[in-house]
Amino acid sequence: MVNEKTSAIIKRNLLSENQVLRAILGICSSLAVTNTMRNSLVMGLGVAFVTGLSSLTLSAMRNIIPHRVRMLVQTLVIAAYVIFVDLFLQAFLPDISKQLGPYVGLIITNCIIMGRAEAYAQQNPPLPAALDGLFAGLGYTMVLLGISFIREVLGFGTLFGMNVNFIRFETWTIMIMPPAAFFIIGGMIWFMSARAAGKAAKAK
Amino acid sequence: MAPNINPIIIFIASIFTSNMILSNFLGMCSYLSVSSEYKTANGLGMAVTLVLVLTTAINWLVYTYIIVPPERYYLQYIIFIMVIAALVQILEMGMDRYTPDLHAKLGIFLPLITVNCAILGVTLFMVIRHYNFIQSLLFGLGSGLGWWLAINMLAAIREKLANAKLPPGVKGPALSFIITGIMAMAFIGFSGIFTIQ
Repeated sequence: MVNEKTSAIIKRNLLSENQVLRAILGICSSLAVTNTMRNSLVMGLGVAFVTGLSSLTLSAMRNIIPHRVRMLVQTLVIAAYVIFVDLFLQAFLPDISKQLGPYVGLIITNCIIMGRAEAYAQQNPPLPAALDGLFAGLGYTMVLLGISFIREVLGFGTLFGMNVNFIRFETWTIMIMPPAAFFIIGGMIWFMSARAAGKAAKAK
Repeated sequence: MAPNINPIIIFIASIFTSNMILSNFLGMCSYLSVSSEYKTANGLGMAVTLVLVLTTAINWLVYTYIIVPPERYYLQYIIFIMVIAALVQILEMGMDRYTPDLHAKLGIFLPLITVNCAILGVTLFMVIRHYNFIQSLLFGLGSGLGWWLAINMLAAIREKLANAKLPPGVKGPALSFIITGIMAMAFIGFSGIFTIQ
């Protein structure tokens, strides 16, 4: 794992080990903010920022943190970056910050960040760790955008707030509501695990 | 405005109309991973409810008397997460010492709870909606019970489906999500009663 190539890190995090679809981490926020593309993009970039920088920091500190208190240190480092994201959103994108509400603060308990810190940043030097964290976050962003694309187009007939409802179909109210999020992510996970199972069968 | 809502309404609404899992998507990680057996799911639900009530009460006091007076709002996340982690730790030690039976039942779930986003989520909702102490307490209790209800339902359905013949790839998380989606649709039926936002 230590000498993994950059391209391998990127590919692994975006596709084969996508944190949301394959590891089933960070689900809470990926469902809650995906009713519009704009919210998903902001949330995804926020998470990528926090994951990248916290992996970098924790990897740089990995040899000086006593093993027994590392969870505490990880949480504190993550919380510090989340505060940064929260203040940034409040200052520059106040309306999105209002819509995301408590979910910005909940980035702290997003399991992807802790997962990357534990699984990768603990054993690897800072730069690969930062890259790994950043792309884990971008993989999450990608899934969020996929889900919100379906939900926003069908639910509101818009894309990033612009009207794309050219044929004037009746918008699906269910898409804005929670159940649709569960069905879409369920379907995506189903597709990904069927694909992985198929690949494994071929390899044999 | 939130301060005028009857606490009883908040209590019932947080169980049914704004259920933590089915409409706010909070606490999904442990909801998905600990729901394959009814008995363990029940234990986790109980532990989450207990921790939720205690953390909401303590975090309300901390917020009102420690964070608000010096206006250190930007520190709230760190303080809340520390309170939750410390409380869970103390609770586990206290249970181990005084109620070994209960500890044997719930002890293994307690460390999981620190990173359960429902706990921090309820605290953040309480702060954003400006609840008073009684409202927060009942909101915490109701959210916990709602979470418990949802994980019990999912675990019961998954036990029934354990031997069912399913298409490849759907088994596991994908199936749980689809079941949860159907449950969420059923819960939309409650949304006419009243809403808290």
